[in-house]
Amino acid sequence: MLLDPQAEIMVQGITGREARAMVADMLEYGGNIVAGVTPGKGGQEVQGIPVYDSVAQLKANHAPTVTIVSVPARAVLEATREALAQGIELCLIMSERVPRLDTCKIIAEAKQAGCTIVGPNSLGLIRPHIAKLGTIGGRIDNVQRSFLPGRTAVLSRSGGMTTEIASFLTTHGIGQSIAVGVGGDTIIGATFTELITMLEDDESTDAVVIYGEPGGTAEEELASYLSACRSRLRINAFLSGRFVDDLEGVRFGHAAVIVEGGRGSVRGKKQALRDAGVFVADRFDDLLQGLS
Amino acid sequence: MRLVEHQSRKLLSGYGIAFTDSVVVSTAAEAAAAARRIGGPVMVKAQVPFGGRAKAGAVRSAETAEAAAGEAEQLLGTDLRGVPVTSVSVESKVRFSRELYAGIAWDTTDKLPVALLSTGGGIDVELSDEHVARQTFDPSLGLAVGDSRGMAAKLGLGGRTLEAAATLLEQLANAFLETDAVLIEINPLVEQTDGELLGLDAHVEIEDDAMYRQQERLAPLGELASTNTGRPPTPLELEAARIDAMDHRGVAGRVVEFDGNLALLIGGGGASLTVFDAILDHGGKPANYCEVGGNPTPEKVAAVTELLLSKPGVSNLAVVMNVVNNTRADDIAAGVVAGVRQTGQEPADVISVFRVPGNREQEAHDILTAAGVPFCGREASLDECARLAVQRGDHAT
Repeated sequence: MLLDPQAEIMVQGITGREARAMVADMLEYGGNIVAGVTPGKGGQEVQGIPVYDSVAQLKANHAPTVTIVSVPARAVLEATREALAQGIELCLIMSERVPRLDTCKIIAEAKQAGCTIVGPNSLGLIRPHIAKLGTIGGRIDNVQRSFLPGRTAVLSRSGGMTTEIASFLTTHGIGQSIAVGVGGDTIIGATFTELITMLEDDESTDAVVIYGEPGGTAEEELASYLSACRSRLRINAFLSGRFVDDLEGVRFGHAAVIVEGGRGSVRGKKQALRDAGVFVADRFDDLLQGLS
Repeated sequence: MRLVEHQSRKLLSGYGIAFTDSVVVSTAAEAAAAARRIGGPVMVKAQVPFGGRAKAGAVRSAETAEAAAGEAEQLLGTDLRGVPVTSVSVESKVRFSRELYAGIAWDTTDKLPVALLSTGGGIDVELSDEHVARQTFDPSLGLAVGDSRGMAAKLGLGGRTLEAAATLLEQLANAFLETDAVLIEINPLVEQTDGELLGLDAHVEIEDDAMYRQQERLAPLGELASTNTGRPPTPLELEAARIDAMDHRGVAGRVVEFDGNLALLIGGGGASLTVFDAILDHGGKPANYCEVGGNPTPEKVAAVTELLLSKPGVSNLAVVMNVVNNTRADDIAAGVVAGVRQTGQEPADVISVFRVPGNREQEAHDILTAAGVPFCGREASLDECARLAVQRGDHAT
């Protein structure tokens, strides 16, 4: 399972406004943040957490295996490389608007280094009452109201919808084993398919709820994986953005949400998932079907 | 950012790729002069940033300089798919023995750039297997010589053409990586009688999020036309974008206009799609798509609210967001209430649904209650709120 609660976490870009608020929220929820990095801000503290100028300096005093990258888009490639060079195993990239070329280099290099990438453009992931990584769910009172421990995993291309779906499940008494905002970009690290492969071996998960959108190939890829390898998991999916099917070339919401050359339509994705045996909810409220 | 053809040609020529001679002109007289200089039959092509130009009537053939002037005259000053034609290119009509397609794109499954070569031609080259060679490559190293030759050989190319195709693919791959492209296509790419390859058209798209590091490289190409909506923006969309740009904090003003009567302020990225679908499902007619998120200021929310309500025929506003993590529900509430009042109307008469649970929802609840508007919490699902928005809007009119 992603995110061992004992794992030590570092935050790259820790002195940014959003990162400071995130650190406070994570510490309150029980996140094991040990240190942070912002070049030029070494020696400072954020919520009592020491800040270093580089990951190498940080590693002299700490041994994190998890990092959160929350730096400007143009600095993401170098920041991630620094983390990979120091043996990080799980890397959450929260930054938005990272050029695809940089994302692909990161993914290729992380694969070599044996590191799992979540994101870019992800709010993070949470194992309710165990640990949280990133800003997902926001402040602790909202996290506690939205997420409930249980046996259904939530995988979503939208950070906001990760919390919305979890909150909807919680309202109906269905708890979550893990919830992951996989990231809103066209090319991301851990995809639905890769995460479902991990969850297949996770004894704490019985069911998965997928939230998909127009654009990209994540849903089609999952469908072809599930057609080839039967899953023991109950999988429910909801896809938004049907109206985008008729508006080729127009981008809505996340970076990846665009239908081009007839590809990436919600219609096609829903059909592919249905053909692979996934329950696809036409209405959001139908997402509960078959879950307990 | 999609470049127009002559910009794409210029950019790719810099990587060693050969194209037909082409002159860009903006009057019929210049077109005639260009055709005379080139000699023989020519093609006249509108320089508009979208594909399928032949189908749209943007590509014309002319036997003489006079005919070229006539075609240019017809194209210049017209609108093609809503885009005004301000320039055309005049180029020689070449003889060729075979038509190919070459391109580089991103393979989102393998998460790598992929080179494509086809003897089938056309944009749907990925569909037919026998006439298509695909090869992913390392984004740090580019396309290896052996791989590009292998692609050409797979399609049965030989001799001079095999080497020409292999070289062209390597050049395209270098261009793709260096320019932060998301798509490069040469279609058609023609094989001449001597075996050399010549591009007749080029299509380059540069990633918007990488423009910050491509400005210098693209500067010599001249002004870049933005075509993200596929049609020119409406005045309402432009004004919304201006409001959004007023303040860098949060998003409130990414508007796409529609024909209906129900104004929408919806967010974030995913929930806005969910709510728009649900409004349509329940028979509602959205006046706009407008995404809100990332914690915008109340002033920005007020300005965009006022703008959306100013659209003729709009009677109601629905504000629906997912459980917010970072955005402050009270700022949205204060902004919406102020924006409605700026139009001289009462919030209770205009707001059909307000649903923003999460961060500071109690404060939001209090602001709305004081304005006489019921507050919906997380217990009302996105779908339920869309239904309410449509139902209450119908009652109001």
